[in-house]
Amino acid sequence: MVNKASRPTDSLIGHDAWNIQLDKNGHLKHFLTVEGLSTKLLTNILDTAESFANINAQSVKKVPLLRGKTIANLFFEASTRTRNTFELAAKRLSADVLNVNISTSATSKGETLMDTLQNLQAMQCDMFVVRHNQSGAAHYIANRVAPGISVINAGDGSHAHPTQAMLDMFTIRRNKGDNFGQLRVAIVGDVLHSRVARSQIHALNILNTGNVRVIAPKTLIPAGVEDMGVEVFNNMEEGIRDADVVIMLRLQKERMQGALLPSEQEYFQMYGLTENRLRLAKPDAIVMHPGPINRGVEIESCVADGPQSVILEQVTNGISVRMAVMSMALGREPESNEGEKA
Amino acid sequence: MSQLQITNGHLLDPVNKINRQANLYIENGHIAAIDVAPKNFKADQTIDAQGLTVIAGIVDLCARLREPGQEYKATIQSETVAAAMSGITTLCCPPDTDPVIDEPAVVELINHKTANAAHSNVLMLGALTTGLKGELLSEMQALKIAGCVGLSNGRHPIDNTLVLKRAYAYAANCGLTVFIEPDDHWLSAGGCVHEGTIASRLGLKGIPVSAETVALARALEIVAETGVKAHFGRLSSAASVAMIRRAKDDGLNITADVSAHQLHLNEFDISSFNSACHVLPPLRSQRDQEALQRGIADGTLDAICSDHQPHDPDAKESPFISTAPGISALATLLPLATRLVDQGIADIETIIRAITSTPASILGTNTGTLTVGSRADICIFNRDASWQLDESNIHSSGKNSPFIGWNFQTRVEHTIVSGTPIHSHTD
Repeated sequence: MVNKASRPTDSLIGHDAWNIQLDKNGHLKHFLTVEGLSTKLLTNILDTAESFANINAQSVKKVPLLRGKTIANLFFEASTRTRNTFELAAKRLSADVLNVNISTSATSKGETLMDTLQNLQAMQCDMFVVRHNQSGAAHYIANRVAPGISVINAGDGSHAHPTQAMLDMFTIRRNKGDNFGQLRVAIVGDVLHSRVARSQIHALNILNTGNVRVIAPKTLIPAGVEDMGVEVFNNMEEGIRDADVVIMLRLQKERMQGALLPSEQEYFQMYGLTENRLRLAKPDAIVMHPGPINRGVEIESCVADGPQSVILEQVTNGISVRMAVMSMALGREPESNEGEKA
Repeated sequence: MSQLQITNGHLLDPVNKINRQANLYIENGHIAAIDVAPKNFKADQTIDAQGLTVIAGIVDLCARLREPGQEYKATIQSETVAAAMSGITTLCCPPDTDPVIDEPAVVELINHKTANAAHSNVLMLGALTTGLKGELLSEMQALKIAGCVGLSNGRHPIDNTLVLKRAYAYAANCGLTVFIEPDDHWLSAGGCVHEGTIASRLGLKGIPVSAETVALARALEIVAETGVKAHFGRLSSAASVAMIRRAKDDGLNITADVSAHQLHLNEFDISSFNSACHVLPPLRSQRDQEALQRGIADGTLDAICSDHQPHDPDAKESPFISTAPGISALATLLPLATRLVDQGIADIETIIRAITSTPASILGTNTGTLTVGSRADICIFNRDASWQLDESNIHSSGKNSPFIGWNFQTRVEHTIVSGTPIHSHTD
């Protein structure tokens, strides 16, 4: 049967979402999502971050890699930790940093996202670090910026937070070694609304993690999440058993209003990470949390501050990983056609 | 009045079981004869349809013209011209204009505009409840007298089931069909894609299948109880097809349609945050898509409509969830419908019925066939043209189509409304 009407690029449909992240030479140009990137590229990010970690441990923490480059932090949604570590990372690479807090400026005056971007492009920035409350915002921006500009997704809606996922992988590797195949990782909490969880799930799968689990009540598990390569548990005790890594997610207070959960107390009773529950995991299991933590809601204080917690180490690692991603995206050899334009 | 003959075309009219090469004669705006010219027939104009297929003009059950209220997106003038160029000779617009079609004055306003535009015929559905608010019954009889062919609340909810029941009962009392787009707004609120793999991957809020089936089940019960004639539009899921099949088997007097894009796209087409694929109801799984195709093939679903929703360019320029749902779909109705034949999914007679005679009878109009004596609304198309959809051949003001770049084989060559040729394709 001849298929008379045809689609333009059947083989490409569905893939351009992540292909736009790479330049013609296969190097990282934008970092929008972990999904679709290769094991080699993720390992490369981790290795590069490792070299920056050594610099960050020195008393003089600055390298001239991005001198003369301008990086704009566009935060359409409030953030402290992520924005600060992006800013520090950029400064340690000697780039100039422009912090634009857009939630309180342009868009509240009715300016569209595209207008805001065009104005910032006119200021001749080399990179946009974008946080936005809508899924797909970073893709939208990356698809529309001038060819020379790189876009780093610092969190878009419930979709992706790729640098957070990579700093988590970095933290896991530093504590557990680089054989992810031996690891059982449990992600606990509001997976439904979590961009961090989605990016972690992709990263863990790309790095060939032995077993990735998500643990949450049925109301906080996205439909068909198994297809992303995870095992689903609704029971905390079963899910956490023999885990090497326990990643706790933040529970937003507004989830009670949406009738997703009855109360913080009941959530803590069923899914909170307590010392007793942590004993079900491997004795040397590490406890992670992207922050900010809700003590007594998803995690007991003595666990958050306890010997197995690497929560503050994650924050430190965030700087090295963001330096790695920024230097890779801005330190590329120019693409042939971009070189001509320059 | 003029006399028009269409010679050597392949006439296709499943209702009258015509499927052969023949001449067609049109006199005084009506089909005068097939094969042999009537006495004293002297053609003022001849269309040579050698190698072309001649069918009744296409009847589109759901097309938004954006006027009144959103003239910056499209107008009655622009969209009726675009419809004519797509072989659509009658289209039906839902009542969710601004102002809402809930009183005769709005019907008259639209009728006045269409009379001046005079391309494709425009039919209207009146609002089932005033302002589509789901609270008070509209003046259904007055709307009927003004010319509304049916009633609908669009995708606007009627939360109170008692109001729903009384609205259906009163519509039955007026002898009007209710057109239902089943949607439980509690389940669909804030959602923009099918609740499933893609929604979960992209972190977009999903709309579960139950948003459609819960509302459909509720409506079917009330339809059965009130005896109102009901048409279910824009169904999107396998479960809905099964429910319609069961309800028909139970003897319920209902019909159903699906929009053409639901037969050719599924959730995976969104996977790069493609806002051109942002539609309501959302594109669902491949399994749903295939069930809808089978529903058309076996007649469970009676009609294919465009669900035309033209937008200005800015409406699709945002991160996915902030974009406006809808596809500018007049240009692709016939090409996508006949694509099902090319794909071996349905036979040509079934497809032609689904875009002509069946929607015509759902709307209660005397068109949609080549019956001698009926109004001469005709579409003549080429099955072997090879063309690609791009903005230049979307004649609607809205260029928002996910099918841009697709290659099609079916192209409309001539459109005739009431015996008058109003469109001929030129390269």
